[in-house]
Amino acid sequence: MLSELAKPLMAAVFVFAAMAAQASAQEVAPADVKIADYAISDPLTGSAGDAAAGAKTFADRGLGNCLACHAVSALETEQFHGNVGPALDGVADRWNAEELRAIVVDAKQIFSEETVMPAFYSLDYGITPRKDLVGKTILTAQQVEDVVAYLATLKE
Amino acid sequence: MEKLALAAGTALCLAITGFVIVTASADPVDDTLEIDGAEMITRAPAPEGHPFDEVLSGWLFREAETRATQEDSFENPGMLAVERGAEIWETVEGTAGQSCASCHEDASVTMADVGSTYPKWDADSGKPINVEGQINKCRVENMGAEPYAFDAEPQLSLTAFIKHQSLGKPVAIDLSEGEMQEWWEKGKEFYYTRTGQLDFSCSSCHEASMGKYIRADHLSQGQVNGFPTYRFNTGGMVSLHNRFRGCIRDTRAEMPAAFSDELMALETYVTWRGTGLSVETPAVRQ
Repeated sequence: MLSELAKPLMAAVFVFAAMAAQASAQEVAPADVKIADYAISDPLTGSAGDAAAGAKTFADRGLGNCLACHAVSALETEQFHGNVGPALDGVADRWNAEELRAIVVDAKQIFSEETVMPAFYSLDYGITPRKDLVGKTILTAQQVEDVVAYLATLKE
Repeated sequence: MEKLALAAGTALCLAITGFVIVTASADPVDDTLEIDGAEMITRAPAPEGHPFDEVLSGWLFREAETRATQEDSFENPGMLAVERGAEIWETVEGTAGQSCASCHEDASVTMADVGSTYPKWDADSGKPINVEGQINKCRVENMGAEPYAFDAEPQLSLTAFIKHQSLGKPVAIDLSEGEMQEWWEKGKEFYYTRTGQLDFSCSSCHEASMGKYIRADHLSQGQVNGFPTYRFNTGGMVSLHNRFRGCIRDTRAEMPAAFSDELMALETYVTWRGTGLSVETPAVRQ
């Protein structure tokens, strides 16, 4: 009786595990990201970045919070653009998508170890990270792709 | 190589563009802070070995309204804590039947140099001790009273009252006492250590990005000469170790305990970084 009940449950678990494996196969883990020639040539996920979602992640204080340090004229509805980093108007004229991806993933490998910019898709962070964040990146692979797609729209 | 040159060229262009924005809107103000007729030292030549040429009070980085509130002692809400501290100073507590005033009498005389010279070396504990620590030591050893818990209201008020007795005096801590120099070194190391998921050190904001804006927040040198401070955003007094912990929390790191060795070393080092600035307690910040 029990085993009759367990069968469909087990089947469901297998299907779910297979789906999870497929999803992770399409997503590059932080440790496996390859930066070469100041760029990351392949997207981190199997699905293309969504520029509109990227704009939200860019401005959201709990996600990218990129506006904290970078001004963007196009985001005129958002108040208080920071200036710790350069303004990003026309950033897509200066860098291609592969280079922008590398900067968002780990700016320290592109500019210098001294840069203030956090690595948004890396587990190589400062000492004593908050316990609930250990093993987690600031942005997910998809959020990085979304932000890169958004940055690629910033042309002058 | 070509790529590198391109990157360097772009970085240079960006740096120039950034510079224009910064000078247009983000310099500390050219203004003089006078409290009750006494001029405060808000700019001082930096001590030898300091990363800046000039040390600058956080007051210079705040908005006009915030600056004006600190200039007028009747407007400064932090003065309520100072007044409350003055009451505590006279209040008998503990098994020995003593108040602070029983031994230290007139605080304006006996505490005049405390705010500008702490933290000091404490041979008993073999560590630097700050005003909060000295209050607790007195309470336990001399008054037979319970030590204050971190950030208990009387701790904040009494610390503000005692430090306020040094209002205007330039910060000058003695690193030659005991092992203060070693603690200064430890504090310096911690100052430059990146913490948390965001991977920021104190220097990321208060040295490398000093004078710039993080969103609406104008980054100062992170000076500590006005603590405990009154903050508008919480509508209350904020102790130095509360502020240290808040900054470290904002890097998405676990917070060191208040008065832990790490934070006492940091207090020693950061206090030195403000050498020559007037004690402004209670300063007013955003």
